[in-house]
Amino acid sequence: MSRTQQAIAASNGRALIGYLPAGYPDQQGCVDACIALAEGGFTAIELGLPYSDPSLDGPVIQAATQGTLDRGFRIEEAFETIAEVTRRTSIPVLVMTYWNPVLRWGVDRFAARLAEVGGAGLITPDLVPENGTDWIAAADHHDLDRIFLAAPSSSDARLDVVLQASRGFVYTVSTMGTTGARGEMDSAARTLADRLETRRTALGIDLPRCVGLGISTGAQVADVLGYAEGAITGSALVAALRDGGQERLRERVADLAAGTLVQSH
Amino acid sequence: MNLRDVRGPEFGEYGGIHMPEPLMAAIDELAVAYEEARQDPAFGEELARLGREYTGRPSLLTEAKRLSASVGGARILLKREDLNHTGSHKINNVLGQALLAQRLGKTRLVAETGAGQHGVATATAAALFGMECTIYMGEVDTERQALNVARMRLLGAEVVPVTTGARTLKDAINEGMRDWVRTVDTSHYLMGTVAGPHPYPVMVRDFHAQIGEEARAQMLEQVGRLPDAVLACVGGGSNAMGIFHAFLDDADVRLIGLEAAGDGADTERHAVTIGRGTPGVLHGSRSYMLQDADGQTRDSHSISAGLDYPGVGPEHAWLHDIGRAEYEPVSDAEAMDAFRELTRLEGIMPAIESAHAVAGAMRLARELGPDAVLLVSLSGRGDKDVATAGQWFDVIDEGATQS
Repeated sequence: MSRTQQAIAASNGRALIGYLPAGYPDQQGCVDACIALAEGGFTAIELGLPYSDPSLDGPVIQAATQGTLDRGFRIEEAFETIAEVTRRTSIPVLVMTYWNPVLRWGVDRFAARLAEVGGAGLITPDLVPENGTDWIAAADHHDLDRIFLAAPSSSDARLDVVLQASRGFVYTVSTMGTTGARGEMDSAARTLADRLETRRTALGIDLPRCVGLGISTGAQVADVLGYAEGAITGSALVAALRDGGQERLRERVADLAAGTLVQSH
Repeated sequence: MNLRDVRGPEFGEYGGIHMPEPLMAAIDELAVAYEEARQDPAFGEELARLGREYTGRPSLLTEAKRLSASVGGARILLKREDLNHTGSHKINNVLGQALLAQRLGKTRLVAETGAGQHGVATATAAALFGMECTIYMGEVDTERQALNVARMRLLGAEVVPVTTGARTLKDAINEGMRDWVRTVDTSHYLMGTVAGPHPYPVMVRDFHAQIGEEARAQMLEQVGRLPDAVLACVGGGSNAMGIFHAFLDDADVRLIGLEAAGDGADTERHAVTIGRGTPGVLHGSRSYMLQDADGQTRDSHSISAGLDYPGVGPEHAWLHDIGRAEYEPVSDAEAMDAFRELTRLEGIMPAIESAHAVAGAMRLARELGPDAVLLVSLSGRGDKDVATAGQWFDVIDEGATQS
């Protein structure tokens, strides 16, 4: 059973998931940031692996991950971070990674190491299920969640493929674009969430929908939780860490978490 | 099955469609539209007309007799893509994709460029077809190819210097992809090489296949036989696939790709992707790439901006593995020597990219002797490289007015 899905259920379908780049601002600072999210009421953590060619990342996350790579970040550091966070808290930690690093490690070797340190699974922005046969088998073997993306441009047939391949939740891409704060959420997010609701009912699949890209305020979190089971926020957390360290991050965490308490329709 | 008939999505274990979900619909749409266009005689006729009346096709086949004499007498024939409108082979692919974009109802072209040749060709097609155009170019490349930046802007394109990553071609592709995710309803991503997800590798190759088809016929007509070897530079590998394709099933013709070895293939600063790389996924397809033990893309290096790329087209990776094509390194110094020799002996100034192929041909000519016949893809002209070459050979007077 998916720990991530259990945690989303425990939030009564009002989950808040936070993205943090591994190794940022440094190894200990990243652990502290994860603890801040766990203590601040977040439901799960999405720990992003810095990658040389992050084609879906906007400028805030790119700047953070590029700096982390420049100081010599290695993937093993992320596994050490997950081990420490899972030792100190019970929050599920998912790894967000572009696919080539996993391929280079070897899919099963990567999955085994992730399971060993207590990681909950993988979010794979540039891996579609059709190319994920090895990963799906490894995730089953190691009892890991596999979270694929559904996009506003996805056909119903593709939504079905994504729903059938995913475990934990479906990453519901709010808008056609890259990561980063946006003033207004795209109405495309609600449309896609509604389409996923129709498809999961038709398929009889019980899988939460968590909406990501562009969510940076508590008000936006409240808005998303009016039509989906979870909200994912990233650049707003990274910008807070960048501008004001752990103190600013805890303020931002509190603001975003307040959004889960507001009923908005 | 003939090697020429392989059309992807996979080439052996390489190629495929490795894209984020948000772009899958656009990739599917493009693949369907391209297959329809390929079957439509009107599309082929319009493309051929543009080739004749706009690009200047067929391009010449020129025998380089003084160069031959200087390297032991093997006959060397140059396929003159440098004479095309806009100065390189790139226009062949650009016109094809721009026509396809029109069929799809797109009004804007987005492209990456390294040396600027593909960017110039794309900006040219945008002007010709009345489309908007945005070109992403690594900041390092905008500096070493400033003239091409000006050309693109004069043609009406927006040129965006890319300041992320290594600030070269691979980062320009990342930024172009980010643009495309935002603008896919109105924009076509005009990939400039035989890399990327299916259908780009096969589509770009098809648009360039006329290079090899013409050259094969010209060889039979002008020389009376097929060459012993066909040589072309390989960055992403579009001019090489274009000239190789017609010869794939001529088993006696060696196909030789020249990779940019920068400071040397044994140093840390090179772009020898097939010779020194390992399989991985980059920019939407599986192929050889330069990467570290964590799968992070390593920076490439070459004096030639157009070959300064840590990936390579999947069809090349496959041709290498099955032993049909050979890939050899050519260093910056060897390429610049060939640049000088061809310029001095034939009055033909090659692009530094193409000079890598000339260097490979000079090396092979010395090895094979006077009975050999070599066909070389002269993929582009060297006008854009005058500043780089002038510094390399120290022929620019300090303080002199350049006008």
